[in-house]
Amino acid sequence: MDAQKELKETFYKTMVLIRAFEEKVSALAQEGGRLPGMQILAVGQEAVAAGVVAALRPGDVLVTNHRSHGHLLARGADPNLLMAEIMGKKTGVGQGKSGTLHMAVPEVNALMTSTVVGAGPPLAVGAAFAQHYRSEPNITVVFFGDGAAAEGSVHEAMNLAGVWKLPVLFVCENNCWAGAQGLCEHCSTKNIAARGESYGMPGEQVDGNDVEAVHTLAARLADHCRKGHGPALIEALTYRMHGHGEYDRQHYVDKKELEQWSRRCPVKGFREKLLAGGLVAESEVQSMEQEAKSKVDAAVEFADQSPYPRPGEALKHVWAET
Amino acid sequence: MGVLTTGQAVREALDLAMEMDERVFVAGEGVGTSIHKDPNMPTLGLLEKYGPRRVKDTPVSEAAIAGLAVGASSMGLLPVVEIMFFPFITLASDMLVNHAAKLRYLSGGKSSFPLTVRVKAGILSAGCQHSHNLEAWLAHSPGLKVVFPSTPADAKGLLLSAIFDPDPVVVIEEMPLYWMKGEVPEGDCRVPLGLARKVLPGTDCTVACYGGAVYTALQAADELSKKGVSLEILDLRSLVPFDRDALLDSVRKTGRLVVLHEATKFAGFGAEVAAIVVEEAFDALKAPIMRVAAPDIPVPFSPPLEEFYKPNPMMVVEAVRAVLEYGRKARGEHA
Repeated sequence: MDAQKELKETFYKTMVLIRAFEEKVSALAQEGGRLPGMQILAVGQEAVAAGVVAALRPGDVLVTNHRSHGHLLARGADPNLLMAEIMGKKTGVGQGKSGTLHMAVPEVNALMTSTVVGAGPPLAVGAAFAQHYRSEPNITVVFFGDGAAAEGSVHEAMNLAGVWKLPVLFVCENNCWAGAQGLCEHCSTKNIAARGESYGMPGEQVDGNDVEAVHTLAARLADHCRKGHGPALIEALTYRMHGHGEYDRQHYVDKKELEQWSRRCPVKGFREKLLAGGLVAESEVQSMEQEAKSKVDAAVEFADQSPYPRPGEALKHVWAET
Repeated sequence: MGVLTTGQAVREALDLAMEMDERVFVAGEGVGTSIHKDPNMPTLGLLEKYGPRRVKDTPVSEAAIAGLAVGASSMGLLPVVEIMFFPFITLASDMLVNHAAKLRYLSGGKSSFPLTVRVKAGILSAGCQHSHNLEAWLAHSPGLKVVFPSTPADAKGLLLSAIFDPDPVVVIEEMPLYWMKGEVPEGDCRVPLGLARKVLPGTDCTVACYGGAVYTALQAADELSKKGVSLEILDLRSLVPFDRDALLDSVRKTGRLVVLHEATKFAGFGAEVAAIVVEEAFDALKAPIMRVAAPDIPVPFSPPLEEFYKPNPMMVVEAVRAVLEYGRKARGEHA
């Protein structure tokens, strides 16, 4: 099998796994009391996760945010352990300390995740500093949203990364919404990527619903970071198809706009492209979809059967055990 | 053993840590090239010795400085970052309070953040946006260790422990003490975190304090000794983890406690100290606990106002007298 076909299959497998996982979380969230807390999904943004993460190497570090499922699954995190964490189970990636909002998976170098909007970039600068300090050939990628782009910490981080030429790939997933505020309400320009110039780094926009375009750009800019040319900024233009969280019924969203974006679904769009290209057969696509569904079903079963942590375990993990 | 100023002692700790361990680096605003060229400034000469790879002058970006520390420590480095003045720690507080302190917990214990933040404190004729003791804020964030040395030896020893501790530690350095001299052991003289220091043994009343307030307490002890009153002074020095045993042992012996700090009184760290004693050694108390602290106002600028703000030895003397007289009055005795 040629590398091109393999890469395309990886894109699709990743995207259908993310979609299946999040649709399952969404469904579970509707069942009263099944999932504690709020579920924050990135349905519609799968191509960004799949495209960017496919451009990374195993040693690269990933820093993500509250909308993390896609990034973590693309990076190879175990769906069982993610689902268990989402349910607050002892077997979860954070042993039930995190829930969905700040799941880090150090096993796949997804070292830090923050639900504090705009906190990821300074953390990523620190990780990239360590890579640079040790002359490692690795980079750090950080995902944040258009809402986060308004945070001072993001500007501080971009400036420091620019001054020190650190290998940080800043990925702004512009999903058009910061809570219930649309882009024109919270962002002074329509081009977040243009900020790259202010901080001495290339900044480029890309169609965030086109996984191949995202990957091509991410691979090029990751290479820029890896070669010691300093940081880079990607603004992936996409759309948050669900509300901010699963309780959010999107009463403030123009239904026509939602409809237009749903016609640009990154998963369906790529499926059609795969089949039209003749590289992959319908049966192969279906088996990838079936495989994703099985993984998600298994994850739910694993999480359901896992125990909750004992109350006293709340006291553990504040301090290093010495 | 040699005589060093506190500033020199801090520098010796930084120098030694960098020499011993390649993972240690120093970053902050002016830690390499400073506007000051005072031999008592803690980072003077480090850039010349270790170069710009390990001594990093940063932009004026406290959130990025603290984020740098959290992120680099997650990768196994041992960052020592400086926040220039205590009130500026508010700009770094998200990275410290929500990240340094919580990311280990959120990871279920998988990740470690062995970073050190040095923050320069003290009342400095610069007004309330350069002077504000926020140690109670920090101590109220589970996951952060907080130390507050008062001597050159502790400034070196606690900083060394902080740098090599697996948890995030904030070291509060009182700038006016940078010029104060004291005996400092040579080499790797770590002072364990979590132990108070008995500054003066005594029998009549315990004064629990930290930082520069220790010298205020010593002056009060001198004054009171002339009247035959014996103070026991405890330098708490490690606020988190806290040495409960040293505090409780002392209060069980003297039966009386005055808590002293330069931070404001309401919801200050002294309230925690008093509460620990009330909860755990109430029966040993012969009198109510008194707090001597700054009034609940921002640090004012004008010298007489600043002097009004800062707790002085006479306030400690008065508080100790009041505590001693409480018992006598109750028993109908005269002082």
